[in-house]
Amino acid sequence: MTFRPGRILLHVFLVLTCLATLAPLLWALYASLRTYDDTARNGYFSIAESLTFDNFSTAWTQADLPHYYLNTLIVTLPALVLVLLLSSMVAYGVSRFSFKFNLALLMLFTAGNLLPQQVIVTPLYRLYLLTPVPGWLSDSELLLDSQFGLVLIHVAFQSGFCVFVLSNYMKTIPHELSEAARVDGAGVFRQYWQVILPLCRPALAALATLEFTWIYNDFLWALVLIQTGDKMPITSALQNLKGTFFVDNNLVAAGSLLVALPTLVVFFVLQRQFIGGLTLGATKG
Amino acid sequence: MTALQSPPEPAGTTEPSSSSRRTKRRATALAPRDKLILGLMLGIPALVHIALVWVPAFGSVVLSFSSWDGIGGFEDIEWVGFQNYVDIFTRYPRFWPAFQHNLIWLLFLLVIPTVAGLLLAVLLDRQLRFGRLYQSALYLPMVLSLALVGFIWQLIYQPEQGLLNNVLGTASTDPVNWLGDPDINLYAVLVAAGWRHTGYIMLLYLAGLKSVDPALKEAAALDGANAWQTFFRVTFPVLKPVNVVVLVVTVIEGLRAFDIVYVINKGRNGLELLSVLVTDNIIGESSRIGWGSALAVILLLIALGVIIPRLFQVFREEGRS
Amino acid sequence: MTSFSASPHPLMGRRALLKAIIAGAGIAAVPGLAACGSDSGGTATDTVSFGNNLSDQVPKDAITAVINAFQSESGLKVAINTKQHEQYQEQINNYLQGKPDDVLAWFAGYRMRFFAEKGLTGDLSEVWSKVSGGYEPALKEASTASDGKQYLIPFTQYPWGVFYRKSVWQQRGYAVPKTLDELVGLSTKMQADGLVPIAFAQKQGWPGMGTFDQLNFRINGYQFHVDLMAGKEDWQSPKVKEVFDTWKRLLPFHQENALGREWQEAAQSLQQGKAGMFLLGSFVAQQFKADEREDLDFFPYPEINPEHGQDTVEAPIDGYMMSKKPANAAGAAKLLEYLSTPAAQATYLKSDPTAVATSNKADTSGYNSLQKKAAQVIKEAAHITQFLDRDTDPRFASDAATNGLNAFIQNPDDIDSILKGMADQAKTIFTE
Repeated sequence: MTFRPGRILLHVFLVLTCLATLAPLLWALYASLRTYDDTARNGYFSIAESLTFDNFSTAWTQADLPHYYLNTLIVTLPALVLVLLLSSMVAYGVSRFSFKFNLALLMLFTAGNLLPQQVIVTPLYRLYLLTPVPGWLSDSELLLDSQFGLVLIHVAFQSGFCVFVLSNYMKTIPHELSEAARVDGAGVFRQYWQVILPLCRPALAALATLEFTWIYNDFLWALVLIQTGDKMPITSALQNLKGTFFVDNNLVAAGSLLVALPTLVVFFVLQRQFIGGLTLGATKG
Repeated sequence: MTALQSPPEPAGTTEPSSSSRRTKRRATALAPRDKLILGLMLGIPALVHIALVWVPAFGSVVLSFSSWDGIGGFEDIEWVGFQNYVDIFTRYPRFWPAFQHNLIWLLFLLVIPTVAGLLLAVLLDRQLRFGRLYQSALYLPMVLSLALVGFIWQLIYQPEQGLLNNVLGTASTDPVNWLGDPDINLYAVLVAAGWRHTGYIMLLYLAGLKSVDPALKEAAALDGANAWQTFFRVTFPVLKPVNVVVLVVTVIEGLRAFDIVYVINKGRNGLELLSVLVTDNIIGESSRIGWGSALAVILLLIALGVIIPRLFQVFREEGRS
Repeated sequence: MTSFSASPHPLMGRRALLKAIIAGAGIAAVPGLAACGSDSGGTATDTVSFGNNLSDQVPKDAITAVINAFQSESGLKVAINTKQHEQYQEQINNYLQGKPDDVLAWFAGYRMRFFAEKGLTGDLSEVWSKVSGGYEPALKEASTASDGKQYLIPFTQYPWGVFYRKSVWQQRGYAVPKTLDELVGLSTKMQADGLVPIAFAQKQGWPGMGTFDQLNFRINGYQFHVDLMAGKEDWQSPKVKEVFDTWKRLLPFHQENALGREWQEAAQSLQQGKAGMFLLGSFVAQQFKADEREDLDFFPYPEINPEHGQDTVEAPIDGYMMSKKPANAAGAAKLLEYLSTPAAQATYLKSDPTAVATSNKADTSGYNSLQKKAAQVIKEAAHITQFLDRDTDPRFASDAATNGLNAFIQNPDDIDSILKGMADQAKTIFTE
């Protein structure tokens, strides 16, 4: 088994493909470790005179990254939790019960997830401008320029995709399980909360990873709906490194990698759960 | 999301038809309190979704019939009927190139990353040493933002300094201007976009493949089917639901594509996309709300035109079974 | 319920999820709490809010120094809201209609007037009555909207010109061209010497507008520029065509592949002595190290039509406006007044010596040679323009103009069809 030539060929192919996939990222990493003077003198396609983390520390302070990490965090985490919670409720209702509007509701969410952001953004701005919220929720006293407003639109916008995925998943859960709970006297909410939701853990974990990267990486909503520079998410902080008048690509590369770091970390940390979710069905048969 | 093809182990499997019959009975037997709770569980998310997604989208459709600079109240809006659409189709030089680029984009994503992702998934769907390592490496680009992808690939495509021309040896002699030449830059960017998209597709298919019953494959093998035959007769039909997800995800990706070209050159000079035209016109200083909204509606119609028929078909099939 | 323990998912999973939700909810409350704190400060009358678009480190530090000086002098507090330069510009419409800061950065030109006419910014004629002695009449005109009132306090200004390295020119014996023919002659010579005569970059979409502007007002004069930008002239007219024909004649002397190059890269080729000239604003000096800046010089674009000579200079004015309903009107007026002073402008220019002060009382003795030249060129000009994208409707500038110029650079032989496209769009936009 170990010496089958086909296997070796397969490994060679996969190693090469992986290297090709990682090459652009490694190239950026290499650039980020070099000094501006080095690349200005020798070009990027050259052996580095020295490698240094200076660009990373400069990017960290110059772009004020900790501040923007926090900004993104206080939008991303609540949005993530809320979108999973609300979507799983809808998916539960749509997939476990049959009523008149079942299909229509599913279509509504599924189609909603296809809308490009640009189709929504102008009227949304108007809506946010006209919607007052209590001062303790937003210092602008409007949905506009508030992080709460950002959370809301992320939840609303991403729920389309989550409902689509979760309802597909929930359909595969045998009805007998909730039936048993019902016979035990559990109401619909308890069936959802204690039976269905735990069973959806792999799907939720996988969705959480995906949604985290999507919400984290977004900048269009913030660009239109946030007006105070200090409230901007980290995706726009990168712009602070790309000066209008002076571009140091090595520094921008370092900053970009730092900005991408949380998504990479989440990916590696949740990967086990993620792949665990994938392989769950494989044990069948 | 990738886990959607992997149902948890049922505690005890019974015939599906009996269970679906029971569903209907149960639905009518819901207690009033349960009905209320269910109503809330569905109603609140639906309300949020409708209010913040569908109402504004509808608003854009309405605004597409207007000429408005986005300033002042709604009473300042001048209604022009289909004028924006007529002008876009007839005297807007960027529209048709953008439309064409969007179609190429969509077609490319539907073919190359899908085939590559499926191939990689099939290769990885076995007991393989380092299998997970490979998966991680291939999926990694997916977590990067498109803006970052755009930046990284600029480092590769730069004419004199970039990796590609130096590797090809053309950097010093006759550097190819990968991103500046409007005849090739769309494809150069598509490689970058495909680079990010392939890992995602691979993972979707991998999830689907995991749910294929190995016994089926073994049976096919025993029947003397070769690998190809097994794949097309046994495996591929099982992947049908994944194909729907892949289609949906790819169309979304294809039509939302925006950040990557915006980072590279603001979507100009061969990289025009409808999303860029919409953004240029409604976000930013120019504020041609009516015009931009009309472009957005066109984009929307394309998206829905591709997806809705397919979804209808799928949902209806499910409804029947 | 005991039957569920048989499920493959232990209860732990649910608990973990619950924890995550609680954690999320806790964090959700944070912005609210933080907001409470800053709100109480914002409504106090001794605070002025200041919308800043200078986001790069150097100019940001420079403007912060100005604000700090104002705070200690006036006893008022200023809350600075810095936004990334391009984001600030993209957001301007929404920003002015939303919750704009009391004093906010903007530029002179068509857009400033447009905002004023729409009532989105505050009337500054009272402030102007106090500060008008510090400005030349041209600057007052540039700050005035169609209602005759002023809506902008000019801060700094920078000229566009053809930049070159003195050392390179000395070594090769080049002389400053006075006419178009001399420019062509010089370019031919540079080409023979193995130089790229004119560095060129159009990836960002706007530097090429500078070339168009120069050719246009040298050929057709200042008034035509103004009228064309206002949509009163036809883009298909022979006058515009002549501009593009002239440009086409010069295009072979321009650096190739301009559409794939950022101006910073083009500036590098000037800095490295690979290119002989570069038409840009004086901010090009920011690509030069401090010790190399003394080697940098520029000349106004050569004369093309003797009727107009070199009477027009493109010198965009950066300044500050007041929002429509400032929370602290008195404080905003004080801050604006301060920004008009030579002291405030000098504080800023100390950190960013690539622009010049707009105040005519500014002490120019501290200027470097480039600044001195810039001040002199601006002073001698009969007409000042702001720049294509500041002088025209942004609906036209950001889409039709940018892409029309790009199309021309790509296919210089298609002038007629490109101009038809631009003219069509101009008609749609300016009649809307």
